[in-house]
Amino acid sequence: MTVTTQDIENVATLARLRIAPTEIAEVTDRISSVLQLVDQMQAVDTGDTEPMANPLGEVQRLRADQVTESDQREAFQAIAPAAQDGLYLVPRVID
Amino acid sequence: MNWEMVIGLEIHVQLATRSKIFSGSEVAFGGSPNTRASAVDLAMPGMLPVLNEEVVRMGVLFGLGIDAEIGRTSVFDRKNYFYPDLPKGYQISQFEHPIVGNGEVTVVLADGTEKQIGITRAHLEEDAGKSLHEDFHGMSGIDLNRAGTPLLEIVSEPDIRSSEEAIAYLKYIHSLVTYLGISDGNMAEGSMRCDVNLSLRPHGTKEFGTRTEIKNVNSFRFVEKAIAVEYERQLDILEDGGSITQETRLYDADRNETRSMRSKEVANDYRYFPEPDLLPIVIDETFIQRIKDTMPELPRAKRDRFQSEYKLSNYDAAVLAANRTLADYFEGVAATCGDAKLAANWVSVELAALLNRHDVAIEYTPVSAEDLGALIARIKDDTISGKIAKDVFEAMWNGEGTADTIIDARGLRQMSDQGELETMVATVLADNPNQVAQYRAADETKQKKMLGFFVGQVMKASRGQANPGLVNKLLNQKLAG
Amino acid sequence: MHVHTIAGLLSGMAAGQFSSAEITSDYLQRIASQDQQLNSFITVTEELALTQARAADERRARGEGLKLDGIPLAHKDIFCTQGTKTSCGSRMLDNFIPPYDATVIKALNAAGSVCLGKTNMDEFAMGSSNENSYFGPVRNPWDTDCVPGGSSGGSAAAVAAGLAVAATGTDTGGSIRQPAAFCGLTGLKPTYGRVSRLGMVAFASSLDQGGPLTRTAEDAALLLEVIAGVDPADSTSADRPVPRYSEALAQSLAGLRIGLPQEFFGSGLDAGIGSVINAALKEFEALGAQLVEINLPHANLAIPAYYVIAPAEASTNLSRFDGVRYGYRCEDPTDLEDLYTRSREEGFGDEVKRRILVGTYALSAGYYDAYYRKAQQVRRLIQSDYLNAFKEVDVIMGPTTPNPAWAIGSKESDPVSVYLEDIYTLGVNLAGLPAISVPAGLSDRKPVGLQIIGQHFDESRLLSTAHQFQLATDWHTLTPPGFGGKS
Repeated sequence: MTVTTQDIENVATLARLRIAPTEIAEVTDRISSVLQLVDQMQAVDTGDTEPMANPLGEVQRLRADQVTESDQREAFQAIAPAAQDGLYLVPRVID
Repeated sequence: MNWEMVIGLEIHVQLATRSKIFSGSEVAFGGSPNTRASAVDLAMPGMLPVLNEEVVRMGVLFGLGIDAEIGRTSVFDRKNYFYPDLPKGYQISQFEHPIVGNGEVTVVLADGTEKQIGITRAHLEEDAGKSLHEDFHGMSGIDLNRAGTPLLEIVSEPDIRSSEEAIAYLKYIHSLVTYLGISDGNMAEGSMRCDVNLSLRPHGTKEFGTRTEIKNVNSFRFVEKAIAVEYERQLDILEDGGSITQETRLYDADRNETRSMRSKEVANDYRYFPEPDLLPIVIDETFIQRIKDTMPELPRAKRDRFQSEYKLSNYDAAVLAANRTLADYFEGVAATCGDAKLAANWVSVELAALLNRHDVAIEYTPVSAEDLGALIARIKDDTISGKIAKDVFEAMWNGEGTADTIIDARGLRQMSDQGELETMVATVLADNPNQVAQYRAADETKQKKMLGFFVGQVMKASRGQANPGLVNKLLNQKLAG
Repeated sequence: MHVHTIAGLLSGMAAGQFSSAEITSDYLQRIASQDQQLNSFITVTEELALTQARAADERRARGEGLKLDGIPLAHKDIFCTQGTKTSCGSRMLDNFIPPYDATVIKALNAAGSVCLGKTNMDEFAMGSSNENSYFGPVRNPWDTDCVPGGSSGGSAAAVAAGLAVAATGTDTGGSIRQPAAFCGLTGLKPTYGRVSRLGMVAFASSLDQGGPLTRTAEDAALLLEVIAGVDPADSTSADRPVPRYSEALAQSLAGLRIGLPQEFFGSGLDAGIGSVINAALKEFEALGAQLVEINLPHANLAIPAYYVIAPAEASTNLSRFDGVRYGYRCEDPTDLEDLYTRSREEGFGDEVKRRILVGTYALSAGYYDAYYRKAQQVRRLIQSDYLNAFKEVDVIMGPTTPNPAWAIGSKESDPVSVYLEDIYTLGVNLAGLPAISVPAGLSDRKPVGLQIIGQHFDESRLLSTAHQFQLATDWHTLTPPGFGGKS
């Protein structure tokens, strides 16, 4: 599949990555070459092979419904870029 | 043109677990910000989710409650989007393989007709945190206490055709989840939130119109109002020959309008894929049977039983059965006083009035079912009149004691001594010769009306304690004289 | 005394020949004097190491010695260490001091080991050369103009140069085995689920697995039996008993059926490496093993499948790095979008950004089926190939890498060419199998790794097979000139 710079810009928006206009062509090129590489698998007929999300055929273990965590806000917010009154601060969120 | 409204509801029910869906943090409303946000809830590097067993049990319980297919192999997916209240940058939800598949519920409308509403699916997911917009120097504050709270999202088919049906359905689901004990159903605290999908189409057509989604409508009343204003809005546009834009809208209760939430519209490509940090949940027959064994009687079954066992009216039975606590309360009262009809009346009228007046939920009523039953028993054995009983009930509500202690303390025992009452009646008749003469001259219809005067006089003389039935009987005898 | 093994140091300390404080100081001095040439450490935890070493010596003196008491290890900077910076090779986490330990670290601490520091790595473990680190490239002690491999390149270089007796690493597509091969070490990638991933910064959740980089298979066994086991906090960790790997090393090679996938000996294989591997295989034959040609028909699809699945999972695993709760945040964000995009643009390096873009693309509407779903189907085919092969053989062997370590910067203009170097290791991760790379000789004065692949949870067999080979050969005892000198 061929990708356009527009495709890459859309994907970058989804991924919240900014690509400088001067770099978009090169990034698109490089992504294209990766996609060309992975496109090799399009040649294989996978038919109705069930997709494999996890290599072990195990099933989910369940945790008992117990409160095991205590307040660690001070430790966690000590490494926060911006916090005040126990809240993490971000530029104003508009709904 | 004649337009038909088509509605589907997505209801988010907060599950009443002790701990979060994927971490051991406590689930509770409010609290100092970020004090119930663990490293998992904060999406610290290297942290992994571990699924809470109770959440799975509750999901299956709900599925059984609506006779739905249970997803024997259910899978969590990542729903990817950036938002500050979503710490991982994805919400763990279920997409292709939800825990609950197709089901159906039957709701009863005010006119007694029944309506089937299909449930497409119900799936488990985690709640997000909250953004607080009070001013922090132009910043927003993020509180992640709520992040990771377990939710069950119940998606209906677009089977709803009016706001009355929507409310009936919503109330049914509310009643069901509280019955099942899987949610406290507290809408004010956001334990049940509703998204309304609404579109219009010309009557008689099959194709759906373009819909809008109204997000987070958080009370029965707001759902009703939001549907009404969105209906009007779409109607105006369509009647003017315009077209509806598919979008997410917000109901503004202050202005009673819906408005577009443009911020949510930016590139919505959620890139769902199976959550690789969790494995498939396999639910076997034993697990389901164990849950079935704990299944409580559900609202519909209870309503039917109330009608047949207690001979209640359809309406009374439905009102009482809608709330599990209320239903249990009623049965407690009925058992104590031995008169189900009187019990139903007292619970749905007198108790309901006091609860309503004091804005108290049935769970917190200060008068126990046994105490109310004992009060009603005193009406039945003629110790007090129904009228006096209401005063006694108020006193009980105010914590003055049981029916018997209040009756004794206030000397309210009904006067049923025939001799004493005969004397009292004779005195009243003697004191009011004109009225007696008028009564005797009147025809039967007028007499009935005039009797009240004499009853009132006797009651007054007895300071309200005369047995009204007996007073009526004696007055009729004496006046017929 | 730096060319020690864990086993050797344990017996030396037990015999009172030296203390942990002494060997720890020795390693710290070697790091101080030699690591400028290699750049294998991001953080050296000198004080912590000496404190832990003294505590270990005291325990041993009291007769309360623990399993790995006083053994100085280096940890890949992907494992969260409470109170010690865990950067994952990224500017994004350059300021990140975790308030918790990874389960692997907890287990190693509880066994009494000493933490010398945190080793350099490709950013977020994305790379096969250690050139993608915010903290600069790591150099291969065998040839400092060459890459040490990656992404656990710092761990491999440090152990190879005698700056630590052993190190932890992680392997998503070969990130333990390939640097082990390039640096002449033994590197074990355990079965997916054998070792807890909790506290290991996630790259690709369904592929990542922690494991040891050591001189010998015996040391790998000693470390694995400490770090393996179920972790209630990692749903994907396997609830299976942990064998005493170090007690099962004596298993003979007689009758061992070794599968040789024809796809691993094709035209892409460097001739020098090919002859080293063939010589090693002859050695196995001489030790009583039987060589069986097998086929892994979908082996060539490992690269495309991996380079869809790993970036897809990574693209969302790395969404949490948003400048809000920890890690890098851009200066003066103008609004929320600016906070996100600029923090991520400035915090992530080029390769990480490329993989996020590829992964996002592969998961996006309209492409999911053609890429992600297809890759997961191919993944099952690849696993089936291996499982079929294991019906006939006990282990599978081949080269760990198609080429020896390349010169730093030589592949910079073509990142995709680096992807191709992972051809023999990726399938193992996709299939969730355990595999070990052992030194098998030198080609052009650079180490060559032999990869041994086992059945799910058959680490015992891998370790004993590698151990028997190491009893018969001495490739694992070679040290890089300039960092060597056997004691």
